[in-house]
This record gives sequence, C-alpha cells and structure tokens, in this order.
Amino acid sequence: MIRFLALIGQSVLSMVGAIGRVALFVVNTLRHIVAPPFYFREFGIQLVQIGWLSLPVVGLTAFFTGGALALQIYAGGARFNAEAVVPSIVAIGMVRELGPVLGGLMVAARVASSIAAEIGTMKVTEQIDALVTLSTNPMKYLTLPRVLAATLAVPCLVAVGDAIGIFGGYLVGINRLDFNAAAYLINTVNFLEPSDIISGLVKGAAFGFIVATMGCYAGMNSGRGAQGVGRATKSAVVSASVMILAANYILTEAFFSA
Amino acid sequence: MITLDNVHKSFGSNAVLRGVNLTVERGKSLVIIGGSGTGKSVALKSVLGLVTPDQGTITVDGQNVQSAEREAFLARFGMLFQGGALFDSLPVWQNVAFRLLRGSLKRPKAEAREIAIEKLRRVGLKPDVADRLPAELSGGMQKRVGLARAIAAEPEIIFFDEPTTGLDPIMSGVINDLIREIVVEMGATAMTITHDMSSVRAIADDVAMLHDGVIQWTGPVGDMDASGDPYLDQFIHGRAHGPIAAIR
Repeated sequence: MIRFLALIGQSVLSMVGAIGRVALFVVNTLRHIVAPPFYFREFGIQLVQIGWLSLPVVGLTAFFTGGALALQIYAGGARFNAEAVVPSIVAIGMVRELGPVLGGLMVAARVASSIAAEIGTMKVTEQIDALVTLSTNPMKYLTLPRVLAATLAVPCLVAVGDAIGIFGGYLVGINRLDFNAAAYLINTVNFLEPSDIISGLVKGAAFGFIVATMGCYAGMNSGRGAQGVGRATKSAVVSASVMILAANYILTEAFFSA
Repeated sequence: MITLDNVHKSFGSNAVLRGVNLTVERGKSLVIIGGSGTGKSVALKSVLGLVTPDQGTITVDGQNVQSAEREAFLARFGMLFQGGALFDSLPVWQNVAFRLLRGSLKRPKAEAREIAIEKLRRVGLKPDVADRLPAELSGGMQKRVGLARAIAAEPEIIFFDEPTTGLDPIMSGVINDLIREIVVEMGATAMTITHDMSSVRAIADDVAMLHDGVIQWTGPVGDMDASGDPYLDQFIHGRAHGPIAAIR
C-alpha cells in the first residue's frame, strides 16, 4: 500500500517538476521578446515553414471534416426534423471547435515533431553549443522565432481551415443533401457571430504557442543519439496534443460558459 | 592566461572532474590528452561556460568565466567542434561568417562573404565550396570549414575538440599543420583535446594529461617522452597493460 502511494507521489512530483520546467522555459523564451538582437530572417523562415507549408494538411483536414460534419448533422437532425440546421451547425462547429482543434492537432503532428527533431539533432551534434560559442543565444535564435511564428501562423491557418471546412460542408450540402445553394450560404452567414470567429482564432494562437513551445522544449532537452531525438519527437507531439485538448476545454469555458 | 583552479564537475553520481588545476599561458598551445570519458571535453566546455563547474574557479586573464558578460567574453573565443557542428540549414560561407552576419561583430553581407571565402582559402578550400551545404562536403572538408569558422572573427583564444578524429592520416596531417600555422600566425592561445599522439606532437607547446578527474601530468611537449610518469607512458605508447585500466 505504501509502495503504491509512493508511486503516486513520485508521479505527481515528477509531473509538477515537468510543469515547472516548461513554465521556466516559457518565461526564458518570452523575456527575449523585448531585448535585441531580433532575428527577423529566422522569424520569416519559420512563418513560411509553420504557416504556409502546413496549409495543405490543415486545408485537407478541414475540407473532409466539414463534409463529414454536414452528413452527420443531417443524419442526426433528421431524427427530429431539424435537417435545416446543417449549414449553421457546420459553420459554428467548424469555426468554434473543429477548425482550431483539428488544425492545432495537425500542426502539432507536423510542426512540433519537426521542431523537436531539428533542435534535438542540433543539440546532439553540438550545433547548440556552437551557437553559444558564436555569441548567439539559442533561446533567442531558435526558440523565440518559432514560438512567435507559430502563435501568429496557426490562427491564420485556422481562419483558412474554417473557410475550407465550411466549403466542404457546403459542397456536401448542395450535392449530396439537396440543399439550395443560396439558402445554405445565407444560413451559414446569418448564424455566425463575431465571437464565434474570434474565439476560434484565439484558440488557434494558443495552440500555435503550445505546439512551438513543446517542440522547442523537447528538442532542447533531447537525450543523446538517435533514440534521444526519437523520444524528444514523440514527447513533443504527445505533450502538445494533450495540452491543446486541455487548453481547448479551458478556453471554451472562458468564452462560452454562461 | 587561462586558469582552472580546483575545478570539480559531476553528472549525477559520476564525478568527471575531481579538482582540475591547469594554467595555459597567453599565446601558448596546450593539448589535453587522456582516455575516453576522462572529462577532457567537460574541462574545455567549462572554460567556455557551456558547463557550470560544481566547485572551483576558472578565469581568463583574471576574469571569472561565470561572471563575465557573455557576448563580450565569447567574442574572444573560436572553437572547432569534434563533428564540425556546422549548421545544416546554412550554406558553407554563412557558417563561416556566422558571427560576422549578426551581433556586435556584424558586417555588411558582401564583406562577410568575402572574409568567409578568404578564411576558406586559408584552410585550403576553394571558393566554389562557399555556396554548398555542409551535408554536401566530406568529413575532412567539414573539419576545415569548422576551422575556418573558428578563426573567422580572429579570436584571441581557440579551442579544438578532437580535430583529427575520423580523418585519414593524410587529412589529419593537413589539419594538424593548419592548426599549428594558424595558431602561430594569429598569436592565439590554443587549447586542444585529442587522443591522436601525432596531433599532440604537431600542435602542442605544452601537454596536460587528464586521468581520474585530475591532471596527472603536465609539462612541455619535449619532456613528454622522458616524463617517467607511468600513466603518461602507457597512454602515449598505447599499451594495453599499465596503471590505466583498459576497461573503464
């Protein structure tokens, strides 16, 4: 019994320790925002890597999700003669929830893994040490541009994903479910409120921040060798995904609880 | 002058440095030798502040390494890493001119490129290497690019971490000669860690042997063969039997 309790205690302590280390990492990253030098070129490169190059995967995910959502809501709504809600529910569902969450998770899979692998490999091959000896702070040069770029890029991806997801629902609505195209569009636009869109974009920014932070944190703390980098990559994706889902609940409570 | 005074460093229960005392005179080339895992790299990285000692002090020209202003302090150093540690995403010339493209030593891009090409030429590489990526170069060429990067900002102190590891004997000779020439030409203070005895003889003014976390022997390279120290004798002659256990 005591052994079991000790095991729980160790796990709790280890989790609290990990949260503390991540919090310190975040503080250490953000304090570089205000002090020069600023690496604008690195920021621009990361904006392209994280934002532009994630567009296909986020767009495809949103497109198919929007289409599937339309079919599901139609099938569910038909049970109580509420098929007409398909356009509005697809729009609200995509913008408030599925756009940011699925977009965030896809970016976590694509970007957190790549950041962790890249920085982890740099650590293992002494490139991080080389940066320090070249009078360049790795937090400022590697971490901050990635975190800022992801925080800015993911809301943009979410916005585009929302539009593509709604379009996916629209195509299914008019081609498979026999909705009138004009009526579908009117119902989509009329039921959306600015707060729906804003909440989704704020979620996107938060998820982008989480993805890049966890990618950088895992990479910077990567173990030695290929196995160490592999573990860092896995840890980055898992922790970013779990944190995205947890943050999604907290933000939804903050925005929409009565 | 670089001074390590009673420096200790442990990683968990593994005490790597157990009271290292060492002095490198200005303009001299000191080579640290010792078996694998004896803490040579840790000692070197401690001087740069990449590793924080648990105990003891390290000073460079009287300035404590831990309390020095980082950028100004590191601007005095150049370092050649064991694997080159070149930045994969940057072309060769930007690796060499890294320090000249940002921070307090920043120069216009064209000038930085010109300096990079000049340094590449200095280490025996043609200008057409400048626009290639590190992954497109052989191991020997990567070492030379690393060497060019180490000397690009003309540092006062240069560290070489296993400069000839993984190279064939001819390329090792080329790198050793280059290091010697550059150190003499620049008048820089140099610290090198290596297992390669031909490097030791080519590069060193002084030699220090690290064993069991302390400096086992130190002296001029010319005194090395007649030191009478059984540890040093075993190491430099590569004998399996002696006071140093073959299996550690």
